[in-house]
Amino acid sequence: MSVFPHSALLIRAALLLWLLSGFRSASAELVGEIKKGVLGAIPIAVVPFGGAQQSAENIAEIIARDLERTGRFRPLPASEMLDQPTLPNQVRLQSWQVLGQEYLLIGRTQPAGGSQFVAEFSLFDVVRGSSLLDFRIPFGAREQRRTAHRIADMVYQKILGEAAGLAAPVAFVTMTGRLPKDRRYALQVADAEGLEPETILSSKEPIMSPAWSPDGKRIAYVSFENKTSAIFVQTLADGSRVKVADNRGINGAPAWSPDGRQLALTLSKDGDPDVYLLEIASRSLRRLTDHRGIDTEPHWSPDGRSIVFTSNRGGRPQLYLVSAAGGEAQRLTFQGDYNARGVFSPDGASIAMVHGVGGSYRIALLDLASRSVRVISSGPLDESPGFSPDGKRVLFSARNAGVAQLIAVPINGGPPEILKVVGSEVRQPAWSPKD
Amino acid sequence: MKRMTAVLMALIMAWVAQGCSSTGTGKTADSAAATGHAYGRAADEGPEVGRYGGRSSRGAGVPGTRDLNDPSSPLSRRVIYFDYDSFDVMPDYVSVVTAHAGYLAAHPSRAVTLEGHADERGSSEYNIALGEQRARAVAKLMTLQGVSDDQIQIVSYGEEKPAAGGHDEASWQQNRRVEIHYAGE
Repeated sequence: MSVFPHSALLIRAALLLWLLSGFRSASAELVGEIKKGVLGAIPIAVVPFGGAQQSAENIAEIIARDLERTGRFRPLPASEMLDQPTLPNQVRLQSWQVLGQEYLLIGRTQPAGGSQFVAEFSLFDVVRGSSLLDFRIPFGAREQRRTAHRIADMVYQKILGEAAGLAAPVAFVTMTGRLPKDRRYALQVADAEGLEPETILSSKEPIMSPAWSPDGKRIAYVSFENKTSAIFVQTLADGSRVKVADNRGINGAPAWSPDGRQLALTLSKDGDPDVYLLEIASRSLRRLTDHRGIDTEPHWSPDGRSIVFTSNRGGRPQLYLVSAAGGEAQRLTFQGDYNARGVFSPDGASIAMVHGVGGSYRIALLDLASRSVRVISSGPLDESPGFSPDGKRVLFSARNAGVAQLIAVPINGGPPEILKVVGSEVRQPAWSPKD
Repeated sequence: MKRMTAVLMALIMAWVAQGCSSTGTGKTADSAAATGHAYGRAADEGPEVGRYGGRSSRGAGVPGTRDLNDPSSPLSRRVIYFDYDSFDVMPDYVSVVTAHAGYLAAHPSRAVTLEGHADERGSSEYNIALGEQRARAVAKLMTLQGVSDDQIQIVSYGEEKPAAGGHDEASWQQNRRVEIHYAGE
């Protein structure tokens, strides 16, 4: 009885998403993918949590949205729930079985003295009738969103047996002040929705190219605070930082080796911009590329063996691959008149990059096995692509009708999400690989 | 093609001028030698200036300090603009660079910072490199005309400090630039 109206609704929803997404190309394929994603998704009921909430929305809404965004779950709208238990002994599994749910998450937040709170939650397997998870997370008054992401991440991992990195934060640079003399740049860290930002560096001079260490504990970045570029590595927990490069000329584009011991970076101290490898502990420096023209934007393959970089040695910027041990570079990109800022996917199978054709700059994926290029954003001024921790989404900066935005797009289809960063100018996003 | 010829001409002129001015001084990285170079320069500043002025084909001598901010002097022009993804100094701006080079060669105690910039299109770190290539192209024209490396600092801000905030070609044109900043101004 419910099959036909249900699929009609899904198709309509998919069409709506397609219209909203603004994508004009490969539309039929995209709708197909969205439909498949929704139909294949696991039904889960995330019941509004009991107790006083420390954020504008109920913690359950944040959790449900996180799970839905992965494309692997289909949360039940709260309005369709027959009852809303908050304690395990209030749960009647039949009422969730009737609604066709496979999993159920309930919980409550409670004061734990001072400005401390605790979230207690339970996850049930509705089909088998068993309890999968009972857990408590203490948190501060301003950490409710972060706690919600951690719970969503635990639920995802418990049910699907793999990490999604839903609690991994995002770093970005904001600029305020219209006139040059009023300008202020800030390096901020927020949750993956762009909310609850914390400023970790503020300066009257530009800040660029934040890059997370593989353990997610440190950020390397470029700061012009001394009217010349320098690369710093800052530890997030205590705010301490060290200057690791301040050579004459460019000190730019830091990228961590997978073991966290080296930074690949761009220096121009010996002439044209070239890629160097810096061992952080010893500060020993090794030149990786030596070519006339621009070599910049290095990024390590996940196995640490090779480095992709941008070079204009062929006339226009294109991506090249070189062994981390040095040697001849091999050109990777041949489509489009501008390919830059390549970043490896976490599985190493593809590279996301800025792909310019006819004056429009969009984000594209280069499949390393087939060498095919697939455009995943709509442009016209997209840049700074980077992967989510699970490699399923690409985050980049865009400008639509003059407005700067950070956009996360699922690489296998689905609606792009605009991060809710507050402020006029936001650029240079970097997604932490870890919580 | 015309543009290429103009740039080439300017470079040849500059090279000839440099050949004359640096005779006997010798360029080394050694600091003592650099100091000597500066002394020597101070002593024969006049004739050197004259030689340069004679070659400039505009007949004007090298302007004095007060001309730096005289709106009628080419020295009041402090911004060099560039084509998209290019770091060739366009013929229109060669005279501006030449004027500043002449002034700096005649005043070895003065120093400039060349700030390279790019428009917002493309990738931000590539644009840092592009901004630096632009500043270097200006610096090279200057050093070929006898300006000492020590008088020139280079910094590239890429697309990070736009002069115009729009997102169209009119703004981008103004943002693809090298700004000449005199130390102490």
